[in-house]
Amino acid sequence: MPDAIALEHAWKFYGDYAALRDLTLRVDAGSCCALLGRNGAGKTTLLRILAGLSPFQRGRVTVFGQSPNSEKAREQVGFLGHGIGVYEDLSARENLHFFARVAGIRNSNTIANDWLDRVGLARVAAMPVRQFSRGMRQRLALARTFLHTPGVLLLDEPFTSLDDRAITMLSDLLTEARQRGATIVFSTHQLREAFAIASHVALIENGRLCYTGERTPEMLDDPALLYRRYMDAGAA
Amino acid sequence: MPGVQTPGSSHVRPLPAMIGSVRQALSVARKDLAIELRTKESLNAAGAFAIAILLLLSFVFDVTSEETRNIAGGLLWLVFAFAGALVFNRGFARELPNECLDALLASPLSRASLLIGKAIANLAMLLVVEFVSLIVFGIFYDIRWWLHPGELAAAFVLATWGISVVGAVFGALTVNLRLRELMLPVIIYPLLIPLLIAAIEITNLLFSAQPSQADQLLWGRLLIVFDVVFTALALLLADTILIT
Repeated sequence: MPDAIALEHAWKFYGDYAALRDLTLRVDAGSCCALLGRNGAGKTTLLRILAGLSPFQRGRVTVFGQSPNSEKAREQVGFLGHGIGVYEDLSARENLHFFARVAGIRNSNTIANDWLDRVGLARVAAMPVRQFSRGMRQRLALARTFLHTPGVLLLDEPFTSLDDRAITMLSDLLTEARQRGATIVFSTHQLREAFAIASHVALIENGRLCYTGERTPEMLDDPALLYRRYMDAGAA
Repeated sequence: MPGVQTPGSSHVRPLPAMIGSVRQALSVARKDLAIELRTKESLNAAGAFAIAILLLLSFVFDVTSEETRNIAGGLLWLVFAFAGALVFNRGFARELPNECLDALLASPLSRASLLIGKAIANLAMLLVVEFVSLIVFGIFYDIRWWLHPGELAAAFVLATWGISVVGAVFGALTVNLRLRELMLPVIIYPLLIPLLIAAIEITNLLFSAQPSQADQLLWGRLLIVFDVVFTALALLLADTILIT
């Protein structure tokens, strides 16, 4: 199976501090990879590099064989970071319409309206985002991320601060994305949700890859197993 | 096993590159103007600043003297340049809440389109400030600025586009600086000197009853060259400028 994402000996420095250290990781097209690791391990840095938002100093990084910074790669990427990435002073419809247009979608109005329906915001489509609750903002952010049917989804802690309705929605969207063959890389601290969705797992500690492989049934039974085996054991 | 989604297999067919880039730039400009019309952050600040300075200076100079008429273009364009900094500072700062800039930079939006879209929004906002200032200027300085409306409009659009492109480029470069409000004017004013000289000269010419065609052409060409050079630089360097 071809690699959708490939990092080869990637290094990323913030000043003298190495946030990623000689990291090599391949994610097969159509797979769903959970990035695990404690705070400061380098998960967000890795996702930002893949989204073309952060330069790296050494190594090679590609998304579908292209530099992550290239327009061709970005056409294929849907990125959801820590911020929701929508404008407070625009309505939900205006936000989605804008992101659909900049994604080069021809029927941007129709697509925006479809997604408003899909995430349950059609009723408040004309309301400015500043009047939205946290959950509504998150659902709008999900619509913004999935709007252009990206081939690669990069999601940084997508389950954090979601209400139960939004978690169900996100799970459905991810399942659907996998069914159409999209590649998903997401970081999370919620191991149970991660193992339920992921086909592969990558564990990062201090910018290094400690483990990568398929998600096994025993991980589902004992979510903390990986941490015990590859991180706590190493620390001991 | 479901099929794998590879490049080109997206359900949405993108537009041809050139049309797509223009449409993207116009979308960015339209979005910025829609936000500005609701918040009026830049227009209120820049408009109030321009009017206040023009009003104050009308008490400093004898508005009936010929000498004041000779420096009218200089007064106006200095005010516009300072008012412009207030507009440009908001351009990319508007993208910081909710990490909208990251969402834009990770999206299929071409970075050149983002810069040009910002410049178009800057242009529209600054032209509004300039038009209001001209009306105030006509009243307080007793200057008939409407003698050559076509030429004046063309000169203002050319000069304002140059300022707007430089403002967009350096607005992007300084957006993550702690002292961006201070740094932006410090960086852009030296670069704008040739453009401001041409704008001042051509404005003074057009405020007179019978402006010299040759001089108009000379300063007009300088404005065009400045615009072409800085627009080309913005397009070429957009990817370098907009890497966070």
